[in-house]
Amino acid sequence: MSEMASPDRATLLEIYRIATLIKTADDRFIELIKAGQIASPYYSPRGQELIPAAISVNLRPSDTVVTTYRGIHDQLGKGIPLKPFVAEFMGKATGTCKGKGGPMHITHVASGLPVTTGIVGAGLPIANGLAWAAQLRKSDDVTVCNFGDGATNIGAFHEALNLASVWKLPVIFVCQNNGYAEHTKYELGTSSRTIADRAIAYGMTGVEVDGNDAIAMWSAARSAVGRARAGEGPTLIDAKTFRFRGHLLGDDSHYISKDEMAQAMAADPLPRLRAWLIDQGHATDGALTDLERTNEQAFEEAVRFGLDSPFPDVSELDLDVYAMETAA
Amino acid sequence: MSTAAAKQINMVQAIALALDEAMGRDDSVLVLGEDIADKQGGGVFKCTAGLSTKYGTERVKSTPIAEQAIMGAAIGAALGGMRPVAEIMLMNFMTVGMDQIINHAAKLRFMTGGQTHVPLTIRTATGAGFGTGGQHADYLESWFAHTAGLKVVAPSTPADAYGLLLSCIFDDDPCIFIENLPLYFVPGAAPVPGERVPIGQAKVVREGSDVTVVSYSRTMLEVLGVAEALAKEGISVEVIDLRTIAPLDMATINRSVARTGRAVIAHEAQVDFGVGAEIATRLHRDQFGRLKAPVGRVGAARSPVPFSKPLESAFIPTAARIRAAILDTLAPSVATP
Repeated sequence: MSEMASPDRATLLEIYRIATLIKTADDRFIELIKAGQIASPYYSPRGQELIPAAISVNLRPSDTVVTTYRGIHDQLGKGIPLKPFVAEFMGKATGTCKGKGGPMHITHVASGLPVTTGIVGAGLPIANGLAWAAQLRKSDDVTVCNFGDGATNIGAFHEALNLASVWKLPVIFVCQNNGYAEHTKYELGTSSRTIADRAIAYGMTGVEVDGNDAIAMWSAARSAVGRARAGEGPTLIDAKTFRFRGHLLGDDSHYISKDEMAQAMAADPLPRLRAWLIDQGHATDGALTDLERTNEQAFEEAVRFGLDSPFPDVSELDLDVYAMETAA
Repeated sequence: MSTAAAKQINMVQAIALALDEAMGRDDSVLVLGEDIADKQGGGVFKCTAGLSTKYGTERVKSTPIAEQAIMGAAIGAALGGMRPVAEIMLMNFMTVGMDQIINHAAKLRFMTGGQTHVPLTIRTATGAGFGTGGQHADYLESWFAHTAGLKVVAPSTPADAYGLLLSCIFDDDPCIFIENLPLYFVPGAAPVPGERVPIGQAKVVREGSDVTVVSYSRTMLEVLGVAEALAKEGISVEVIDLRTIAPLDMATINRSVARTGRAVIAHEAQVDFGVGAEIATRLHRDQFGRLKAPVGRVGAARSPVPFSKPLESAFIPTAARIRAAILDTLAPSVATP
């Protein structure tokens, strides 16, 4: 673990709570899909949990988070309520989006999750607009926009970084750099030495950080959020991480060498953080086990809620396409 | 005629007036686009002239030439409670921001189960006639009308432009507001300040009894000229200015065609797979027994917009082609019982 200024014990435990909740959700979603109880493509964030866990403890409810189809970790980090979250995964009427968005478009405005996009890179320009609205409201709310390393090669990324910098927007661009754009290794598809280097071209602060190190990630997020709140403009965080379960469920990661995968799995950030918390005396093994159980129980209740919920009525096809009435 | 009714303005002035009215009325109304602030000239067509001086460059923002960034910023601001009006200088440039418009603006209300909506207006200009060639003059309205979640308007007069723009800005759905370059400087009656034209209402602008012509945007000028000329020959043409393309006001069209039994749809977009096809098929559904002739369609040639003047002049739906289509519906040889 890094030697930087450390979050307090409560913050560390909150980071761990969120991270293990993400893992619980990921494990269960995969089981439910394999059991035929959820019918959906699924993009696992396993291995990337600490990034949103460490960012979200620096956010408040009125801040917004934009994410992608690989987004359950970001959504759980922002505090999405479990029952409608799981129900949405199942396409149920009780889901956050009444089952009309699905896993790739999980949205929960009340939790500060206004957009989850299935289009690579498309979240960045929208995050700018959310940040612009906050700026116009004279609030010091910030917008965190998550995406993968693959998204940094699409035009929207470059247009959005440039505009955010020119307009000095309170936005934090978080590249969850897992080293693979779908199946293509970083250096085969990305010309810059690091993603952080790309910030230089836009006059923006770019930060490289070990996204699997809770304290380093917390510290990088804290600085970036602080700058954004203070009106000092955007930051690009290049958070190095790894993706353990392929691009899409069913992908066996054949394009990743066995050595690379074994090395990454050996450095799994979750057990590493767990051991460190115990080693440093922040928590006992028993306390962490209790926390994990609590997460599992809460998630199981949400699964039960989702399974017991009805599917939306087909009349929903005609609803929410347009407003029922216009503003005054 | 009162002096107020006699006052004439053009469409550029009408748009500027509507934007001013909306910004003055509601602080959440924002304007963004390339070169739109006064320091950059108040917009290449001057539709936004004076706004940044009056309302400040926080609310009236010039942007880089980056349509994805413009559309994204507008969508995000709309999600954040604002009512942005984004100017995409020319309709062909909409293609650069298409992911944001189609995958996001149009769909977010539905995909979020109604939790969010995108009260966004996209103003964009187009139209052949200025020698701008193949990438600056397309009418792409059917692309947008085809997308669930979008509303599409295309006024032909300054007063309708004013009233429809206000309606779009205060509408809670994303609206595509289509302007036409040659129409910008055609004078018309000044609007009544603050008076909105409802989205989704076509207007019978000339009454007639022999045939109904449905049109919108710049093609309305040609249609009205042809109707006037045909009147002198004893042919009575009813002209409907559609004004809104989506949602389509079939009630007004049906009322007219039920009387005339004949219909022609004329627009500057290409005929194939266009707005005319949608109206024609709905007329065949709704008026099958009453139609005295197949529904006619007139539009641009099926080619990219050409540069060379004779080609460009022949590309658009000319008065001669509109006239021929109207006469076709009246010809006994094609009339059905």
